[in-house]
Amino acid sequence: MTFGVVRFPGSNCDFDTVHALRDVLKRKTVLLWHKDHDLRGVDCVVLPGGFSYGDYLRSGAIARFSPIMQEVRAFAAAGGRVLGICNGFQILCESGLLPGALLRNKGLKFLCQHVQIRVENVRTDFTRALRKGQVLRIPIAHFDGSYYAPPRVLREIERRGQVVFRYCDPDGEVTAAANVNGSLNAIAGVRNDRGNVLGLMPHPERASERLLGSADGRGIFESVILSLERRGPARRRASAAKKARHDR
Amino acid sequence: MIDKSLLDQHALTEDEYRLIVELIGKEPNLVELGIFSVMWSEHCGYKSSRVHLKKLPTEGARVVQGPGENAGVLDIGEGRVVVFKIESHNHPSFIEPYQGAATGVGGILRDIFTMGARPIAVLDSLRFGPPDDPMSRSVMEGVVSGIAGYGNSIGVPTVGGEVYFDRCYALNPLVNVFCLGLADKDKIFLAKAEGAGNKVLYVGAKTGRDGIHGATMASAEFGEETEHKRPNVQVGDPFKEKLLLEACLEVMDRGLIVGIQDMGAAGLTCSTTEMAAKGGMGIVVDLDRVPQREAGMTPYEILLSESQERMLIVATPENVPAVQEVFARWDLDAPVIGEVVEGGRARISFKGEVVVDIPVDAVVNLCPAYERPIVPPPPPPPAPPLAEIPPPADLAGALLRVLGSPTIADKQWVFRQYDHMVQVNTVFLPGADAAVLRIKGSKEALAVTLDGNALYTRLDPRTGARIAVAEACRNLAAVGARPIGVTNCLNFGNPEKPEVMGQFEQAVTGMAEACRTFGIPVTGGNVSFYNDTEGLSIHPTPVIGIVGLIDDLGRAVSPGFKAAGDAVVLIGESFEELGGSEYLKVVHGVEAGAPPAIDLELERRTQEMLLEAIGAGLVRSAHDLSEGGLAAALAECAFHSARKLGCEVGLDGPLRDDVLLFAESQSRVLVTCRKADLAKLLALAARRGVPAKAIGRVGGTALAVGRAGRTVLRVPVEKAFRVWKDGLPAYFKSPA
Repeated sequence: MTFGVVRFPGSNCDFDTVHALRDVLKRKTVLLWHKDHDLRGVDCVVLPGGFSYGDYLRSGAIARFSPIMQEVRAFAAAGGRVLGICNGFQILCESGLLPGALLRNKGLKFLCQHVQIRVENVRTDFTRALRKGQVLRIPIAHFDGSYYAPPRVLREIERRGQVVFRYCDPDGEVTAAANVNGSLNAIAGVRNDRGNVLGLMPHPERASERLLGSADGRGIFESVILSLERRGPARRRASAAKKARHDR
Repeated sequence: MIDKSLLDQHALTEDEYRLIVELIGKEPNLVELGIFSVMWSEHCGYKSSRVHLKKLPTEGARVVQGPGENAGVLDIGEGRVVVFKIESHNHPSFIEPYQGAATGVGGILRDIFTMGARPIAVLDSLRFGPPDDPMSRSVMEGVVSGIAGYGNSIGVPTVGGEVYFDRCYALNPLVNVFCLGLADKDKIFLAKAEGAGNKVLYVGAKTGRDGIHGATMASAEFGEETEHKRPNVQVGDPFKEKLLLEACLEVMDRGLIVGIQDMGAAGLTCSTTEMAAKGGMGIVVDLDRVPQREAGMTPYEILLSESQERMLIVATPENVPAVQEVFARWDLDAPVIGEVVEGGRARISFKGEVVVDIPVDAVVNLCPAYERPIVPPPPPPPAPPLAEIPPPADLAGALLRVLGSPTIADKQWVFRQYDHMVQVNTVFLPGADAAVLRIKGSKEALAVTLDGNALYTRLDPRTGARIAVAEACRNLAAVGARPIGVTNCLNFGNPEKPEVMGQFEQAVTGMAEACRTFGIPVTGGNVSFYNDTEGLSIHPTPVIGIVGLIDDLGRAVSPGFKAAGDAVVLIGESFEELGGSEYLKVVHGVEAGAPPAIDLELERRTQEMLLEAIGAGLVRSAHDLSEGGLAAALAECAFHSARKLGCEVGLDGPLRDDVLLFAESQSRVLVTCRKADLAKLLALAARRGVPAKAIGRVGGTALAVGRAGRTVLRVPVEKAFRVWKDGLPAYFKSPA
């Protein structure tokens, strides 16, 4: 299978994500350019962290208009796997591919630190290699990571099991202190209703090697690999995306 | 008409003006005067410092590029080089803390990537007034968020540094930013304009009216009118810089250019004349082709603007389209604004008229150097005799006060605002003795540290500077790295004051002695004079940045205790040295006495021994003893251990309890080892002629120090940890 990592101007975790996928997990990984209309036949699109287009307006607000995002939308609509990390999560919310929005952290400061997240749902293509209730130690690094959704939407995503990760303490308890950015319901990651799009604020690519303090993030990438390689080559999805583009 | 008042505005003396006229063979016009003003400023011209800086050793087997370029370059083997430098942005950061610090980061990053290296780490040395002063707190908040705002966006991790507090920085904070880059040895680029007929391209952001005379501003004292200087501070755009970085690295990687120079202090003026001078060429520039952000700019303004995120590139005419294509892809301007010519003159035109015509050599290389009058520093004010310093009844309480003092307290409040992990190379998080970065695809790793204790340098500049170098090297040795090169940022007061020049001369002497002893070259740096506000000078504050190399990352050692039962070993000897200590300052309110003595030879042996022990796998944790002495070091090793392990230590000897705990005697390191390795470790120390002694064991939940069966100190680790952890955030409203 092949991963595609989108490079927006201002992306700064693009190479880190490529490193984790290609050098650590040994999967073919290509960079996709924001000005292109071509997903190069990849099986999973990753929107990396960073400050796309400078994020001077609102995180992810400009990136949603980029040419590549038209293709990502069509790809997702056709069932293609899309993973948004940090800024990628913000872009997916801005694009309407995921519910909710990411607001400023509650302390109004950028936060870079290791946090723990608890796996809430393992019946997704991004968590099937993990255990329900498993606690992952993964770093965050963001200013706008406080998850918000209107009450009705929040109820709905909780009911449908769309909350995939929650901030918790090392024992897996969801506490106010562990919810460092003040996210509603301590939400750290959500998926779309269909389950093929996931966004999360923590950086699994920074937790893919023990050398760097934790390899807990690998499970997320390994889940994607497991999902796609078990279902055989994803040419089907690539052609579905192509079809979706023609249909537009 | 050029008169005395115009010269004053340009911070040039009448003698300097006469020299300019002689060198260029005519009376300069206003634009030309502006050029000399910035290029001959203290900031760009090193007028007062040059004669002294010659003392520093600059040569070594690894040196690829020494002082004089944008940054120093050292060979680290396997076809790789490191590129590094430190720079001050003190004055702008006081006037406008956020933008001052942000553009400080932007500037040093450009210094690194302009040489073809990808910046892989930033560290900063920050000094503020006491955090209970609201203005100092607001300056600190602005500076920290400015560094975060720029560094985080551009995706270069801020992996460490230091933060100190002292009244002398209340009206003159110090913001020194260090950057390290990594490059292939055969792809290093220099700021040279070579080859007549080659084109000069301007790339990056448009030129505006910001920052005009920033370099001149940094070369004068501040008074009450400082507020009016706000327009002199530039505004940073990290997004633009990120684009510029990627585009520049791409054209360099593809070998499309001849030379490149960033536009930092003195902007277009500095970059054009320096590139021409270094290439031994002349340059013609048409200012009408310079992308401008606002209408109606004069040639004076265009040339002296310090707008950020700009670069000057020299390329052969055939490669111009390819270069422009790369920049267009990153949505950046890259117009040709001039050409390299024979003859060594800079000829700059504006609306068809030549507005500058001067020899570049005069501007760049012939700035006068001054042997300013010197008054040797007085001996340090004597500390009161020990008999007059009452030993505290409650030593545990004294330790808690030391641990909670802003200078020693945990700095996570600062570091968590910085992205210190982007680029996935950061092996030791901030707080370790040195930042450790892996090199992807290599067994080797890099370690970096910044150091300087300004109270020591105030009390005794020469000893203080020796200690700064020694301690930086010791920090590196503590993680298992061998120092390979030095950069320095020398922050001093007004060099026209003989006492300040006396401090400077002594500090440079001490630094040179230490660098020679450790065999490490100084590859560049920065001098920041005129750190005076309302007539008061800061403490002389030399900050040392040292890069080290770890042969085998698998052997790197961190400061935290590893396992209960491990032996605690104190390497080095303790003396009755409380002068300049954090303990005297915090617990007794005394800032006096001679700083601890340092024997550079012993220091070198100690570090060699430590490196050998680490290389042999004998050391499980190592932490250098510095501010707060042995007691603070024991506490920090406990705080950094994953399970907050305590320790039980027994001390002896003739010294008073508080001296044993808090003296800052040099050449000491606290290490732990497996019990089974203790004898080997002590034998190694003995063989190397380094004092070392087993003083206790790791374990328990308390920091316990005893002496001849008597408890000297006993504090639960958790309690001490809270005090240390909350020391700094307590001053700020937002939760930690």
